[in-house]
This record gives sequence, structure tokens and C-alpha cells, in this order.
Amino acid sequence: MQPLLISHFSIVNSLGGGAESVLLGLREKRSGLTPCDFDTAAVDTYIGRVPGLEDAPVRSDLADFDCRNNRLVQRCLGQDGFEERVAEARDRYGAGRIGVFLGTSTSGIHTTELAYRRRNPQTGALPADYHYAETQNAFSLGEFVRRYSGLNGPAFVVSSACSSTAKVFGNAARMIAGGVCDAAVVGGADSLCLTTLYGFHSLELTSRGPCRPYDVERDGISVGEGAGFALIERTDRVVSGATLLLGVGESSDAYHMSTPHPEGLGARLAMQQALESAGLGPSDIDYVNLHGTATKTNDASEDRAVVEVFGRNTPCSSTKGSTGHLLGAAGITEAIISILAIRNDFMPGSANTREVDPALKCRYLLDAREAEVRRVLTNSFGFGGSNCSLILGRGE
Amino acid sequence: MMRVFVEGVGIAGPGLPGWTPSRSILAGGEAYRPGPTMVAASELLPAAERRRAPLAVKLALAAGEEAFRNAGRDAASTATVFASSSSDGDTLHHICETLASAERDVSPTRFHNSVHNAAAGYWSIATRCRKPSTSLGCYDASFAAGLLEAAVQASGGVPVCLISYDQPYPEPLHSARPIAASFGAALVLAPESGKAAFAALEIEFLPSPGRATAMTDAGLEAARRGNAAARALPLLAALAEKGSRNVILDYLPGAHLRIAASSC
Repeated sequence: MQPLLISHFSIVNSLGGGAESVLLGLREKRSGLTPCDFDTAAVDTYIGRVPGLEDAPVRSDLADFDCRNNRLVQRCLGQDGFEERVAEARDRYGAGRIGVFLGTSTSGIHTTELAYRRRNPQTGALPADYHYAETQNAFSLGEFVRRYSGLNGPAFVVSSACSSTAKVFGNAARMIAGGVCDAAVVGGADSLCLTTLYGFHSLELTSRGPCRPYDVERDGISVGEGAGFALIERTDRVVSGATLLLGVGESSDAYHMSTPHPEGLGARLAMQQALESAGLGPSDIDYVNLHGTATKTNDASEDRAVVEVFGRNTPCSSTKGSTGHLLGAAGITEAIISILAIRNDFMPGSANTREVDPALKCRYLLDAREAEVRRVLTNSFGFGGSNCSLILGRGE
Repeated sequence: MMRVFVEGVGIAGPGLPGWTPSRSILAGGEAYRPGPTMVAASELLPAAERRRAPLAVKLALAAGEEAFRNAGRDAASTATVFASSSSDGDTLHHICETLASAERDVSPTRFHNSVHNAAAGYWSIATRCRKPSTSLGCYDASFAAGLLEAAVQASGGVPVCLISYDQPYPEPLHSARPIAASFGAALVLAPESGKAAFAALEIEFLPSPGRATAMTDAGLEAARRGNAAARALPLLAALAEKGSRNVILDYLPGAHLRIAASSC
């Protein structure tokens, strides 16, 4: 594919608000995970919670969109000067030439969960102040960002569980290549809700303590919330030092709805496709940011695939011990972490991981390392066997 | 402007039991009579998945399988785009009801069926397809958004199947988001005019308000307005007729798609 410029980005999760604070947290190998205290959830696990959303409603002209997910989106758009950069791009390209391709897995479902507790005892009806389209529907996120940012280019919301906000880079790249738009806001958000906490618990996939990716004693995920956005633009001339989207690889497992292919077949295909689309070989990648959810089967299957593609020498780590698993927002979060790695010549370590599982064979980094990072491959895999790998790099 | 070729169509809607029997109705040669949407379980799914597949998934699979049969193309080697406003509404209702109760024991099967891309997951298992698949939503414009994504893929050289589907919610969600009879529509699109191609589509995104093409028949127009996937009907009607037709599809507030369909 033609490389695309990633000109600006913003990030919020339990590790921090803004790129500086997330970078510092990663350098210090901190974890934002805390014992679960969300809503009335009685699940014995740790979560990655963003503080203060309860007291931060969305802009009053968009009041119908008010829900935890859009509050998180608004917090993130206001971070890192992102909304100002989008406004400048809008003036430069025109509102109709900037696409909005965002991802989420659960959108504003927490609002529906709360509304079901307030049903009319006689009729069973949901409360009159429940706004379905603006909160529950997947496109709530897309319409909120379009209106917040005054954009009118092509738009939709991708919802393919934990690969959602990685896949939107592919959607945006295709739209730009097809001439439908010149630039795009990509990214998205997922916020805490009871559906995912109880749902993953029912599958016995929630960790009792803070999650421990690739650890010999790993016992599941820590559900987290977060948001991230990136502005990507067509570029005719690659400027040295610019941050670029170099490759996108997508595949389907065709195996099981909630368990990855045991040999990591779909994961391998996604990584190989990403390399092919970037015109690169495995040795061109300096660091792999793993999906690394910390469940027994996910890490084992990803490890097989990574070792098959890259061998045992490429440094790899999962940053989910710091952020938790941000589900639909994992892709954009880890794409931005990969950009921070490239811009700062640094490879993140793995918070909470004590002893790497000897059965896993990739070169797993327990501690952060200062080293030249020119290109990163980052993985995102979701339920339904939906896989996506991105390659990000520095212009030369 | 993007140019793609239609190789196959699938449809499962109220009184529209498949493309072949629906074609003359949509072309205006036969009267439309509303009836229930008939959806059979997919023969391609393994037994365990067939048991677990909810209605929304069966709807998507039925439309998709018919489109591939008509196109004579191999589903295992074709990329897909799944477009739906709300995906599986029954599952959302049951999960929220469970979470509002004292027990809160969400079923693991319900949880994995609750993802918006459940249909894509079942499809890839049924067809053994490992190709890329995008699952997207755009409220009432989900079909238009899916068509745009499928068009950039096909015009970029990749054959793709677009599958759009939506089913009504049970109460109390139905009152908050009324959706008319279940509807599924699928199009197999190719970059080139091969022997299966029977129509060419020129598709353009326009960032200005547009007036959507309506259905002449009142019953079909009610179906179109009532279900996001049924917003495909004016395009399906243009494909059912021979010759050249222009179709405007609603997209975002302030944007629309202009499509020129012509037989080939």
C-alpha cells in the first residue's frame, strides 16, 4: 500500500490522559489496573478505569449523546491538542473530504444496562430519557465525533470486538486510495460496562489480580476502558522522521466464535498480509506489540504465530499489564503506543508479568528497553476470529 | 467515482423469499404481497454452531449464501463486508434483562453472540473463509456505508460480498428503536466484468443532502423505511429491471450516495 501520514493522535486510558503521561507510565512500567469497583459489579477481578468520567458530561449541544463511552471520547478529543489539529485539517481539506472511521465493541451499552433497571413496573417500558440512537447504537460514536468535529466525509463504525480500532486503519486507507476522502479521523473507544465484565467472567476469562501477559501463571484478562484517535492523511512526499502507516493485514480464523485457532493460523495470515502490504520482510520489524491478552489460549496461539513469522529474535511485548484489555479500543491504543515507541526509540516492557511462560518461545521483553525502533508491527485479535495487524514506521 | 460489477444477489425479506422469486416483484411485473421473512438454518454450519446461531446470523447467512450461489463464485476465497444497524437484538435484550436481575449469570454463548461481528464469525466458520472481513454499522445508513466499503474494495481489485441484515428488537427496545420485518440483502461485487457479471454500478459519495429514491409500491416503501438493511431495495429494484437506472441512497445527514446501475 501507499504509506499514509499519521499527523496527530490522542490517547486516554487508566495509565494516563495524553501521550506524555502514557509514555511516562510505560517507561516506568506502571499499571493502571485496580480492584473492580465499577457500578454494582460483583466480579472478583481488576479493571483499568479512567477517573472522573462520572462528573464530565458531554458538550451541552450534544446532550442526547451523553453516555460513558462518549464522555470518554470527548475527553480524548480534547487531549494532546487533537481537536484543534482536526479543525485545521477541516479548513485545509474541507469537511466533506475528511472521513470518520471509528471502532467500538460495546458503544454506550452501559446506558441500556442502567435503563433496564429503571423499566416501568407496569408496562415494562424503558425510561423516557433513554436515547437509543445516540448511546446504545454502534454508530453513536461515529455521529458524536462527526458532530463534535464538524466533519462530513464518509463515515461508519466498525464493530468486530477486539480488532475494531485496528481495522479502521484499513478502512481509512482504502477510502483514501479510492479517492473518497483525502484524510480521516480513525480510532474509537470502549468503556466499562457490566456486559463485558460478566460476559468474560462467564467464559472464565477474567483474571483475579491485575492481568499478567505471557506469564507462566497468567489467568485471564483485566477489562479496561480507553479511547484513542489518529488523524491520517494522504501524502505524496514522505518527510524524513514523519510517522507513517506502512501496512495493514486482515484475516478471519474460520475456527471458533470465542477461542482463537490453536496454531494461530489467522494471526499468522494477518501478520504476513501486513508485511506484504508494506513490502517488508520480517527482519524489517524492530519490535512487535503483541495482542497479549493474558489468557492461556490467546497468548499461546499468538506466540506460535509470531515465532512462525518472526522467529525467536524479534523483541515483543504486551502492554495490557499497564492498560488492561481495552477491547474495541485496544487496536488504536496499541497503535499509538507503537508510535510512541518509534518516536522515542523505546520498547515497552510488560507490567505485572513476573516469569515468562517457558512454553512461549518469542523474545518477550519483561523490562522496557532503549533501542532504535524504526518499524513496529502491532496485533489485534477479536471474537469471531477477526484478526488485524498494523505496521507503523518512521519516514526515511 | 467507483465502478464495480454485480455477479450475484441474495435477498430474504417480508414477502421476498430469495432473489429469483423476488425479481419480477421488484421490477414491477408482479404485485407485492407482504408476508413473513422466511429464513432457513444454514446447511454449511457445523452442528454446534447451527444450534447456537441466533436469527440475525441465520438471516445474514441466508442472504449471503444465495448471492454466492447466483454468482457461482467461491465463498471461501472471497472477502466480506457485513453491514447492520443493530446486529442481534434478541441477544442484547436477554443480556440486559439478565444484568438487571439479581442473578446476573450471563450465558457464555449469549455473550459471544452479542458481538456486532457475530454473523461474520459464523460466516467464516460456515464457508471456511479466512479472507478479510469488515463488520460495520451506520444506523439507518448501514447498507449505504457497507456498499461504500465494498465498492472501495472491489474497485481496488478485490472481489467482495456485501451482506446487510437487520431484525426487529423485542420489547422494550422495540419501542425505543422500531425496526420493521427482518431483512437481509447481499451483493457479490467484482472488479471486472467476468461471465457472471450482469450489471455495472458506478458509485459516488457526495457530501451534500440528497433525496433518497423511494419504492413505487407502498408496501415495499414501508419495508424500505422500516429496516436499515431494506434501504437496499431501490438498488435491488434497479438490478431487477433491465437497462440503466440512477439510484440515490440516503447516507449521513448531509451526505448521500449516487449510483448508476446498468445491465451488462
